[in-house]
Amino acid sequence: MLVAIAIFTLLAAIFGLILGYSARRFHVEGDPIAEQIDHLLPQSQCGQCGFPGCRPYAEAIAAGAVEINKCAPGGETVMVALADLLGRDPVPLDAAIAGEQPKLVAVIDEARCIGCTLCLQACPVDAILGAAKHMHTVIASECTGCELCLPPCPVECIAMLPLPRTQRSWKWPYPDAARPAIAAQQEAA
Amino acid sequence: MDQAVRQTVPQPTRRRVWAFDGGLHLPDHKLESTGRPVRPAALPARLWLPLQQHIGEPAQPVVSVGDLVLKGQLVARPKGAVSAGIHAPTSGTIVAIGPHAIPHPSGLSATCIELASDGRDAWAELPAPWPDFAARDPAELRERVRWAGIVGLGGAAFPSSLKLSPRADQPIHTLVLNGAECEPYITCDDMLMRGHPDRVVEGARVLRHVVGAGIVLIGIEDNKPEAIAAMRHAVATAGDARIEVVVIPTKYPSGGEKQLIRVLTGAEVPSHGIPAQIGVVCQNVATAAAVADAVVRGLPLISRIVTLTGEGVAEPCNLEVLIGTPARELVAQAGGYTPRVAKLILGGPMMGFALPHDDVPITKAANCLLAPSRAESPPPPAPLPCIRCGRCAEACPVGLLPQQMYWWARAKDLDKTQDYNLFDCIECGCCAHVCPSHIPLVQYYRYAKTEAWAKEQERRKAEQARHRHETRVARLERLEAERKSKLRKKKEELETPTADAPAGDPKKAAIQAALERAAAKKAALAAQGVAPKNTEELTPAQQRQVDAADARRQAADAPVDAESRD
Repeated sequence: MLVAIAIFTLLAAIFGLILGYSARRFHVEGDPIAEQIDHLLPQSQCGQCGFPGCRPYAEAIAAGAVEINKCAPGGETVMVALADLLGRDPVPLDAAIAGEQPKLVAVIDEARCIGCTLCLQACPVDAILGAAKHMHTVIASECTGCELCLPPCPVECIAMLPLPRTQRSWKWPYPDAARPAIAAQQEAA
Repeated sequence: MDQAVRQTVPQPTRRRVWAFDGGLHLPDHKLESTGRPVRPAALPARLWLPLQQHIGEPAQPVVSVGDLVLKGQLVARPKGAVSAGIHAPTSGTIVAIGPHAIPHPSGLSATCIELASDGRDAWAELPAPWPDFAARDPAELRERVRWAGIVGLGGAAFPSSLKLSPRADQPIHTLVLNGAECEPYITCDDMLMRGHPDRVVEGARVLRHVVGAGIVLIGIEDNKPEAIAAMRHAVATAGDARIEVVVIPTKYPSGGEKQLIRVLTGAEVPSHGIPAQIGVVCQNVATAAAVADAVVRGLPLISRIVTLTGEGVAEPCNLEVLIGTPARELVAQAGGYTPRVAKLILGGPMMGFALPHDDVPITKAANCLLAPSRAESPPPPAPLPCIRCGRCAEACPVGLLPQQMYWWARAKDLDKTQDYNLFDCIECGCCAHVCPSHIPLVQYYRYAKTEAWAKEQERRKAEQARHRHETRVARLERLEAERKSKLRKKKEELETPTADAPAGDPKKAAIQAALERAAAKKAALAAQGVAPKNTEELTPAQQRQVDAADARRQAADAPVDAESRD
């Protein structure tokens, strides 16, 4: 009896040591799930989900504190990808999100800009270039279209314009001819 | 599969050709447009030169509105490695640089340089011709090809100079010249080989030297006997034993790069790979002729042969066209439209696309304007459900599973389409042609391809935005920490009394110390005879001002001096 207790105590101690060691040795910094979620989010840092950026929203999803349907720029695609990743059921997009939005880019009306630097401080990705009392301008290729620069501007000189459709950004449309034909056939039958 | 098909080393004595799986035997409709010799198109009054006529970055204009340019002068230079320059096709004035309709399936406008020709057609000063190309360094020749703005003229429009830069670990043994021209109706390469076989052979020799290949194989389909005879004659005249004209069976799409390499060498280009990986470089015969012009004659690429054909044009023909000429003017020169015209297609019936209107310029890659009648190109019947007959898989020359790709593309599952090697699809249209349900298969693949590219681009952009956001957050944190530490340091300084001035205000002591330092410095400089430099070479007015200021200061200092003397 005593021998058995001794053996098990010894085993428990050994395993405890191994576990304790590996917990320290193979410690993972941060939350790997949050990391994966963050990689699916569109990184516009717009805050429309109610969190100050994509990373905090990813952490909140990982903690299970919030639904996966709050990302407005990502829309349904991101929601479905998140559902896939987390093994949850897809949920309809948050009521506050108004469908798929076209991609936008901020444009400063340079004649009206007074050089107050307020938008510089608001831009989450440093996409606005300028200095105090000097004209500001948006680096279009870096702008995520988050609209965070609009409210601080005292002279309302920033406009959100849709990205121009060019030869390079053009995509072949989805061939929708298949559906009407089948539908027509079924109607005829 | 028989043993010989697996063999990859070509026989030196009697060249054999290999077959590729799939493909179609289509009515070739070549005779319509080969009846008339190639003639130069009339000089247009206005030309539109799109900045993007090639794969890669658009070219950057080096002229501005109002500039006078001469024929062959560079008007837009290549931007970055994957790009091609554009030269003025005739002399005249740049009247605009702005959006204009371009030949693109989207029907969108893009930036074009608009050139009003002055009718003189006067040449600019051109670089020296290099008839001695064989003695020159391949890098030099490659640079000349890049200067000439040459892109693949077979249709893909990939900048040629890049294709001619073999990697050190991928030596090139065979140069393949593509004269197959397998797509029905198109005859521009056929007419080029009939009319200018010497230029093609010359280009073959230049290209062979540039890539360091041992042998050149010129593949021509057996439905072009005149071109074959002309090319054979030109090769014999040149007396070059390392150039060989190989007659290949007519089968669509044997003019596809990978299919032609397979037919001529028996070797397969790996999936997602390029021919250089198996030691082969493939160029179109028209590209070879353009390279010969650039190197041997010092001419940039400013024109090409375009086929005008179909029952929709009155006199089908081939025209030597300046790049930038509007399609409308070419149709007029081919006798205009007939009443039977149904649409205007750029390219051939299998891979071309319908133009929304004919007010678009001819680009470097535009090989054919096809105006079919309704009988030639009937509107596609309504698609029916897929019956899984598998004929598309039999027809596919790449050995893909079109049916599977169709299901996944239709379900918008882009990852799955790529599992079935969507990006190996050459969009030849064989699968859609044989489909008994008339499903527009190629359209699904094109949709899936562009969608996958867009997604990849979005992912990259998101990655960049994340990086910038993280950098910004880190910077703000660092600035905040620096500010705090500065404040803390200052506070500590103010709280601890300094040893020098134990009594009294530390601020006043600091000011006193600074004053003493300044006075000591001034005295030291004065002792060396150094005065402030801004008092040299003064104008009389400035001197008066200085004197007045000195007088004021003395007046102010006088009582103090009097006191101190006392």
